[in-house]
Amino acid sequence: MPNMSPVKNPIPEQDPNVRNKNFLEVSLGYDEATAVDEAQRCLNCKHRPCVSGCPVNVQIPEFISLIAQGKFLEANAKIKETSSLPAVCGRVCPQESQCESKCVRGIKGEPVAIGRLERFAADYAMAHPTDETVEVPTPNGHKVAVVGAGPAGLTCAGDLVAKGYDVTVFEVLHTAGGVLMYGIPEFRLPKAIVQKEIDTLKAKGVKFVLNFVVGRTETIDDLFADGYEAIFVGSGAGLPNFMDVPGEGFNGVYSANEYLTRVNLMKAYQEDSPTPIYHAKRVAVFGGGNVAMDAARCAKRMGAEDVYIVYRRSEAELPARAEEVHHAKEEGIIFKLLAAPLEVLGDDDFHVKGVRCQNMELGEPDASGRRRPVPIEGSEFVLDVDAVIVAIGTSPNPLIRTTTPGLDTNRKGCIIADEVGATSKEGVFAGGDTVTGAATVILAMGAGKKAAAAMDEYIQNKNK
Amino acid sequence: MYQILKKRRLSENVVLMEIDAPYVAKKAEPGQFIILRVDEEGERIPLTIAEYDREKGSITIIFQEIGATTMQLGLLEEGDCLHDFVGPLGRASELEGLKHVAVVGGGLGCAIAYPQAKKLHEMGAEVDLIAGFRTKDIIILEDEMRAASTNLYICTDDGSNGNKALVTDILKQQIESGKKYDAVIAIGPMIMMKFVCLTTKPYDIKTIVSMNSIMVDGTGMCGGCRLTVGGETKFACVDGPDFDGHLVDFDEAMRRSRIYKPQEQAAIEAHKAHCNLLKMEVK
Repeated sequence: MPNMSPVKNPIPEQDPNVRNKNFLEVSLGYDEATAVDEAQRCLNCKHRPCVSGCPVNVQIPEFISLIAQGKFLEANAKIKETSSLPAVCGRVCPQESQCESKCVRGIKGEPVAIGRLERFAADYAMAHPTDETVEVPTPNGHKVAVVGAGPAGLTCAGDLVAKGYDVTVFEVLHTAGGVLMYGIPEFRLPKAIVQKEIDTLKAKGVKFVLNFVVGRTETIDDLFADGYEAIFVGSGAGLPNFMDVPGEGFNGVYSANEYLTRVNLMKAYQEDSPTPIYHAKRVAVFGGGNVAMDAARCAKRMGAEDVYIVYRRSEAELPARAEEVHHAKEEGIIFKLLAAPLEVLGDDDFHVKGVRCQNMELGEPDASGRRRPVPIEGSEFVLDVDAVIVAIGTSPNPLIRTTTPGLDTNRKGCIIADEVGATSKEGVFAGGDTVTGAATVILAMGAGKKAAAAMDEYIQNKNK
Repeated sequence: MYQILKKRRLSENVVLMEIDAPYVAKKAEPGQFIILRVDEEGERIPLTIAEYDREKGSITIIFQEIGATTMQLGLLEEGDCLHDFVGPLGRASELEGLKHVAVVGGGLGCAIAYPQAKKLHEMGAEVDLIAGFRTKDIIILEDEMRAASTNLYICTDDGSNGNKALVTDILKQQIESGKKYDAVIAIGPMIMMKFVCLTTKPYDIKTIVSMNSIMVDGTGMCGGCRLTVGGETKFACVDGPDFDGHLVDFDEAMRRSRIYKPQEQAAIEAHKAHCNLLKMEVK
């Protein structure tokens, strides 16, 4: 008999006023009893609508049923059949707009907490390592390259190595993981978890070459000359956009990328980190997406007293996940909605001393379907801050685009790829943010997965 | 890991290191840079490539022990390894077609000006190399620079080498004496590059400067190295490091380079205290 509770089991969290001073994980995860109880809310629908909402087709009712039976390791193995990063997805996927949005239980009440259960299974498996050695697939004799060790690249590499390919991942930074390492903060996604997922790929035979800039150290064509038969480009959308308002050159103005990279990847949150960061007292974050929430919550934890989110539309249009907005508010982040920055103000030392903003109201819908923000005359005000973090999006890096003849890109600089990742250049596949522009971890993983299948087919056909 | 093949002290606190980095050496060109980390917890610091040896697979860097990380780097010896070494980063200098060039180096900047002069010299260009130092004792790479130039002018701020002048004085003399330069390449402290640009502007001589801004990743990701060039925001790491000096907003760039001064000072103190502690333990 299923558990007919209309609401999800809540997930325990650190108290907001404690956690906004540390970098430990916010959510503490289900214990075994809670996980079993939540798993029993699943109706095990025959038509499995939830699976259709998952970009990597996790076998959701099956793994949840295993949790309900107390078979936690088996549940994790079931997830791993289609997803290479379950502990990551359980934490950062926007389940509310994917699997959980399709859950039948969500029609009358809250959907099954699929994300929390996925996280539980993955964490349980990590905490209970088995003696079983990792199954190393039989080599098929073909060499493939993956450019970028972010979510798209890791997924693609995982699927290809499982098919027996000799896979090498080239990463520009000194650590694999991409945005999972440099962008998403420790308190939302502990780096030890990402590292474990990467170590699993290594154990399966994936080779990682760090400190390697494809486009500079070697080009895509050089890689083909080195004997790679197909190449997946998952280089992300790493170039930060700025507002182009006056004063962005003042000291104390960061891109979210720079701020988060200093804090997360370079560990500036630890006192003995040699990487410097400006410890601001009052911070304005421009933007309303997940990255803006991450930056604001990091700034708070770095000791800022007042942290503002400055966003030109209203709460309903915030692109961030509702959960992130909720967490940010709980932690004391102040939302200045319907406000647009006009100018960053600097002091005599050319350091930020404030932001001049203007209130907005919503007018007619624009091309994106969202109501256009319209300035309200005479509504200017100044926010007194000593640092600004610009989190208004990123664009693809030009390095590969400009050094790969025959690789078509669009007006925005994104690589053009079809639904399975094939590009205009033979043997080159692409997916993730470098194709779509900045999006989510799970969409990038889905693209990496599709491309891996397409690369396999391409190589098999070529060698017939 | 990237092994230190050779270490040479060029002056009291300027060190040359040749690093085993075959991938970087394969493609490196003058004007490009690398980013290194000394150890697993280290910060990422950018350094311009001073020399490359494709056959040997090595890259030479020259640095001044000026901050905690460069001081730590200076303590390493031949045979030791660097944890990370990535490159070549940035765009190579565009030297094609230049026939008469003045290359101006200031202090440590001479280490970066030298490979450009060398390449130009090898390509058959007439190269006047103007190198300025604070004082005689810190003159570096004199023989190398002489071999890489048609004429070498070394001057010092204090006149201790017998030639008291600023690089801009010498540059101006050469221009006034009728030298026709296709381009002036200036590499050194920002204030020097700014004044070289002010010197060449009235003569309308194309002037290229190398901007070594503060950066984290060196691949366009952080935007920390942004500067204003001709009214537009550019990233030194991917759009540069070379820019048309007459378009660069040097005053802004100089201010941006000072943002971490207090933290850097604290890190240096901590580094020195740590070294003293080690010395005491040895006793």
